Amino acid sequence: MSTPASDTTSLADPIRRSGLWRQLKRYPLVPLTILMLVLIIPAIFADLIAPYDPYQSHLRNRLAPPVFWGGSWEFILGTDRLGRDILSRIMHGARYALAISLVGIFLGAILGTFLGLLAGYRCGWTDIIVMRLVDISFALPSVLLALALAAVYGPSFQAVILVVVFVLWASFARQVRAETLSLRERDFVARARVVGCGHTRILFRHILPNVVNTVVVMATLQIGVVVLLEATLSFLGIGIPRPTPAWGLLVADGRQLVVSAWWISFFPGMAILFTVLSINLLGDWLRDRLDPKLRQV
Amino acid sequence: MAAAEPILRVENLRTALDISAGRFVVVDDVSFTLDAGETLGIVGESGSGKSMTALSILRLLPRPVGTIVGGRVILDGEDLLTKTDDEMRRIRGREIGMILQDPHTSLNPVFTIGNQLREALHIQDPSASRSSLKEKAIAALRAVRVAAPEHRVNTYPHQMSGGMKQRVVGAIAISGRPKVIIADEPTTALDVTIQLQYLKLLEELQAETGMGILFITHDFGIVARLCHRIVVMYGGRIVESGPTATVFDHPSHPYTEALLASVPTVERRVERLYAIEGQPPSLASFGAGCRFAPRCPHAMDRCRTETPPSFPGKSGLGVERHGAACWLLEEDRA
Repeated sequence: MSTPASDTTSLADPIRRSGLWRQLKRYPLVPLTILMLVLIIPAIFADLIAPYDPYQSHLRNRLAPPVFWGGSWEFILGTDRLGRDILSRIMHGARYALAISLVGIFLGAILGTFLGLLAGYRCGWTDIIVMRLVDISFALPSVLLALALAAVYGPSFQAVILVVVFVLWASFARQVRAETLSLRERDFVARARVVGCGHTRILFRHILPNVVNTVVVMATLQIGVVVLLEATLSFLGIGIPRPTPAWGLLVADGRQLVVSAWWISFFPGMAILFTVLSINLLGDWLRDRLDPKLRQV
Repeated sequence: MAAAEPILRVENLRTALDISAGRFVVVDDVSFTLDAGETLGIVGESGSGKSMTALSILRLLPRPVGTIVGGRVILDGEDLLTKTDDEMRRIRGREIGMILQDPHTSLNPVFTIGNQLREALHIQDPSASRSSLKEKAIAALRAVRVAAPEHRVNTYPHQMSGGMKQRVVGAIAISGRPKVIIADEPTTALDVTIQLQYLKLLEELQAETGMGILFITHDFGIVARLCHRIVVMYGGRIVESGPTATVFDHPSHPYTEALLASVPTVERRVERLYAIEGQPPSLASFGAGCRFAPRCPHAMDRCRTETPPSFPGKSGLGVERHGAACWLLEEDRA
């Protein structure tokens, strides 16, 4: 669940070499379209395009099946136990997925980049302390942390953001530190010092602009990780509180009825699947495009 | 030598590197002076301590490995080694500028050269307005003979040639009107034709501003072309120093002699160039005595046990003007 996105691109992965995968990689249009349809458009326009209020119960139409499973066009993807429209709930759920991804990644990237810059530039004790914190952060299971936070403060939007930041900052810090270590030895940094630049100026005016590129790519790649993490936490009941239509909660809702009313869990699950899959595909494509060494492959 | 006080005086400078294998003195008892408007060449092979000397003067030794353990660096009457880090920061760029070896890496790839020039100008004069910085940046480019400076300020380093970039680096270095410029092999990364242009430019700039240039190189051709005086370094020590022509005509240390003999010339054609036997000394092999002794064809027992002081060179100018650290010279005198 908190596996880094890079794991999905390991060379040993047999799917990667198959024809279909390659086609998808060559045309990022496909994952981009899926992403727009499943995540971005619903997140922005949920109020306009969702057929119903996601909280409204249609008690006469409880557990209505989707249209191609004997249901009606009234509820395209069916309804849940309380008769709430699944499609509307998924569309509104996209908002939470996107909002948590953006806010969490933004905060995590800023924290990680700042600490990474500091550790890589100052070396010595700063470096040792930051890197041990990174190790701790990698070693501590995120779900455990979420459980602790939920136990103390109760499940909330803020708690989820906190867990996301906690999970993400370390990988940003590690990457930025590594690049800073190499950048600080570059001649243009030496030149800046010869001109009389102070440390703060060198760090933020000379080194930071050189790592921004990496940080942006990393941030993009993390969206999939965060969507999955948020869904996991919500599914376990330690993420976003009910009755908010977060995707993880929607999947959890249909848990007991999975045999009789499979659509309650199935469609939100599909939304998660397509979002994460297309983001990973886009990430692959982006990485290949931005890394000149891999461009020939 | 003019009677005036030299602009830069380095006295008995000692710099050590503390690495896991122990403490190594990489600059050992180095002294020299530099007058305003003068070019002093520091010549030596890789690892001879010439770059470490430059970094010591600027107090930019790699931390925490490098430390200055002794001596004085007097710039304009003030000892730089007693300055605080903050004071040192203000001195860099304004009092001493530096041109680094490789123009391809010494400019930040993500900013335009105008941006980088303006930054240097801004640091030297934080009160300057935006528009005046812009004009100054263009003027600085014009000063180093960059064509169409109004247009060039908006280009990125990768859009320029190596020679152009090194001119920009030079423009940044002299933007604060420093009294001393340290040039660490500024032409090594350039084409030979561009090298000559660049050296001419440095001479012209020196004539205009009267700055002293400390020119670090391993190229005797450049030394002969540009420098008024030279200091030859070997194993962290000065082995010979004197006016360029004098040292070329009367090399008094076996190392200088060997170096000059290994420079190819157009006048005489040889089958094989002369090469100095053996390897340059490593940090760990520094022992008592003359550091060139293991490779020296004239080495005596005394050379291996006692460090030679500076004796008057063969030119007869006196030890103050032309000195060499070799026991052979004492024998000659006796």
